[in-house]
Formats: sequence, C-alpha cells, structure tokens
Amino acid sequence: MLSPYPQLVRAGFRRHATYRQAALAGLTTNLVFGLLRAAVLVAVLAQRPVVAGYDVAAAITYVSLGQGLLTVVLLWGDTEMSRRIRTGDVVVDLGRPWDLQAAMLAADLGRAGFAVLARLVPPMLFGAWAFPFRWPTVPATWAWFAVSALLAVVVSFGVRFLLNASAFWLLDARGVIGMWGVVGGVLSGLVVPLAWFPEWAQTALAWTPLPSLFQIPIDVFLERDGTAGALAAQAGWAVALLLVGRVALHHGSRRLVVQGR
Amino acid sequence: MSSRIRSQLAYPASFALDLTAQVIGQCIELVAILVVFTQVSSLGGFDRHEVVLMYGLAATAFGLADLAVGQIQELPTYIRTGELDVLLLRPLGTLPQLLCADVSLKRLGRVGAGVAVLGYAAATAGIDWTPARVLLALTTPLVGAVILAAIWVAANTVSFWLVDGREVANSVTYGSSFSTSYPITVYGPWLRRVLCFAVPGAFVAYFPALALLGRADPLGFPDFLQWSSPLVAVGAVGAAALIWRTGIRRYQGTGS
Repeated sequence: MLSPYPQLVRAGFRRHATYRQAALAGLTTNLVFGLLRAAVLVAVLAQRPVVAGYDVAAAITYVSLGQGLLTVVLLWGDTEMSRRIRTGDVVVDLGRPWDLQAAMLAADLGRAGFAVLARLVPPMLFGAWAFPFRWPTVPATWAWFAVSALLAVVVSFGVRFLLNASAFWLLDARGVIGMWGVVGGVLSGLVVPLAWFPEWAQTALAWTPLPSLFQIPIDVFLERDGTAGALAAQAGWAVALLLVGRVALHHGSRRLVVQGR
Repeated sequence: MSSRIRSQLAYPASFALDLTAQVIGQCIELVAILVVFTQVSSLGGFDRHEVVLMYGLAATAFGLADLAVGQIQELPTYIRTGELDVLLLRPLGTLPQLLCADVSLKRLGRVGAGVAVLGYAAATAGIDWTPARVLLALTTPLVGAVILAAIWVAANTVSFWLVDGREVANSVTYGSSFSTSYPITVYGPWLRRVLCFAVPGAFVAYFPALALLGRADPLGFPDFLQWSSPLVAVGAVGAAALIWRTGIRRYQGTGS
C-alpha cells in the first residue's frame, strides 16, 4: 500500500490552491501592511543609517520576507483541530489507519508549499522591484533559507498543534490561541527585528521558539552571522515540540469520552 | 441587546481571559513602539512621549470604534448565509440591526488599555493645558472613533461586490489602526496622501496630537487642520452612509 503522507502533502497544496481570489485578497493585505511596516523601519534608519546591523536595504528585505512568510509559517487562524476536539469529530481522525500528528504535518506542509508560491514570492519580488533589496550573495544561502523556512513551518506547526490539543483539557482553546496570536506577532520579531530589542529581552526570547518562526529564516537570507547555530536551534525546537505534541495527543485522547449507543 | 450583554458575563473566567487577551493585544503594539525608541531618540521628528500620545489617542479611538461597529466584520458571513435577508425584511434599519447583533464587551479591554496609555502620555508629554486643549483631549478619542467607524463601514461595504471581501476590508481596518498610531511623517509622500485625504486616518490622532502639543506641522500643512477632526468626522460619516446605501441597493441575495 502506498504511504498516505505524500498524498496528504499534495492534498494540502490543492486544498489551498482552490481559493485563488482569497489568496489574492490576502496578498493585498500583506502588501499594504508591508508598506506601513517598512515605512516605520525606514524612518528609524533615517535617524541612524545602520541599527544593529540592519541598513535600509536589509530592513526592506526584512519586511518583505516577513510579510511573505506570515502565511507560509501561519501564525494566526489555525483552529481546525481544537474545533474537531470540541465537536468530537476528532474521534474519526484518531480511528483512521494513520499517525494523526504526521498526517496533519503532511497536510500543513502542502499548505505551506502553496503559500510559498502564492504569498511569499510576490512580496519578495515587489520589495525587490520597488525598493532597495538585499539578495543573497552566495548561492548556498538559498538552500539554507529553504531549510530554515521549512523548519520554521514545522516549529509553527508544533506550537499550533499543542495549542489546539489544549482543547482536550479546556474544551475551548480559543482563549489560548488568541493569546498566542497577539503575543506572537510582536515577540517573534515580525514588526520590529528582535536584534533591536534590549539585551535582556533578546536573551529571554532566545529561550522560546519565537525567533525560530520569522527572525531566523530572514537572518539566514540576509546572511547575518551564526547561521549554523540558528538552524540547530530551529531543528531542536522542531523536534522538541513534535515530541511534546505526541505526548499531549496520547494523554489527551485518553480523556476523550465518546457518547454513543 | 441587554440579553446579549448578560450572556457574555455568564462565564466570568472565560470572559476575564478574553478581556486580558484584548488588553495584552493592545499593549503589545506599544511594546513595538517602545522597542524602536530604545534604538533612536526620535521617529519622524517626534520624541517618545509625543509618539506615545498619538498611540494613546489612536488606541482609544480604535477600541471605541471596535466596540461600536466591530460587528460589521461579520457582514460577509451574513451575506453568504443569507441572514442579511432576514435583517432586510424587518422594519428596522439594516445597519443598526447588524451592529447590535453582537456587542463584544471584551473589546472594553482595548478601550481601557488605550485610556490608560493616553492618561500616562497626557501627563508626561509636557502639554501646556488650556481649556480648549482639555476639551480637545477629551473629544478626540470619540471623534477619532467616529472617523474609524465610518472608514470600517465603508471598507466592509466592498463585500457586496466581492464574494469574500473580508481580507481586503481587513487591510483597510487594521491598516488604519496601525497607521494612525505613528506620526504620518514616517510615511513616504505617496502613502501620506492616501492616509490624509483618501482614508482620513491622519485626523484620528496625528493632527489633534499636534494641536495638543502646540507644534506646527513639520510637513507644512495649515494649522486649522489640527482642529478640524470633527468636521472630517461628519464628512466621513456622510461618505460612508452613501457608500453603504449604494452597496445595499446593489445587493441581490445569494439564493439559488
């Protein structure tokens, strides 16, 4: 029998590729916000030409990639599993002959694959066309960026999986997911690069998976120092979150009570 | 409507969590501004206290507008499910019905956070208080809320033309909330013109803040603009009403 996972990746891709108008509308939002965010960073750089190693070109690249990666990494709006836990539909998912976490990860990677084409490439090209932009100088950077972006998706999936799995205990995970949404945006370095934060805040955030989401992939693209260590940190978080997710799923699904005749 | 409000208070713990998330959501934007000011001493020609004042005005206005017309974001759902037809049939105004359908009390969290920041900023920004300025400080969040509310209603009307216009409308609503928190001097000439005139966001916080601080506009806009937000609000409401009416007249329902 064929393994279901490659097909799930394809299905995830196709599912999101169906809504082209929605993708276009989302892209508009990303671009509008990108312009506003870039304006703020450029205004800062008008005071000092280089802040913590970022000049104007680097800042524009930072914002373009951040706006593009937003939908690839998917910080907001993934509530599907918690809804299925609340309604009890998750029982069907658990009963299927697959590993639920692996199946969901496969579908999420497919989704991210479509997002790379529809949501990451356009803001990059727009930023490069309209403003000063910093392309990688060595070809190998592209490969590292791809690896880092992939790891960012896995880390983000790991966090979202855990947040959704909290519904096994809380029934309603919306509060937790909402909290992550509001905090994650700023503390992951999406609005202001983490390198601009005070030293103590950077140290504290380095102990969380937040930098793995946007900061590390973008810094890899910008060829800032410490690529190897950053990738290792991402990989560590990816593995750790997936493992904790497995444990949570195992314990959580034991709490499930199926009503029936 | 009071029944809707009571139902939200039925689960105090969940409500408290929601409220906290709103407060944090509002404050986290302030964190971004404060982080910027750890690196530079002025942004677009304004110091930290002055930008925080603009942020406080914008945040309070945003919270009030969200409380009043935040429900308009559900318009696409109403159109898709056909619930809008029910509203149209009732002998009441369609827009008021839509807005009263659900008043989220948790949004008070944003208003509270905004008022707290505004109070702090008003005390520390070195404002030379006169009776006119006190009046301006008190009315600006309300006037700003009216302007933002008008922008949101107008932006969401796009749903009558697009099947899922939510994302496009979001870029205007949340974009205006983000952009009003910063002095318009940070934006390039192009964006600035859009923000000043097409979408009158500059009148929510930027121009009134200049009047409070007693500063001339570094961009050379005339001084009377600083006190003209209420007039802009009237104009914005008129324009929004016109757009809404055009949209709803075009509405044909989604039935088969």
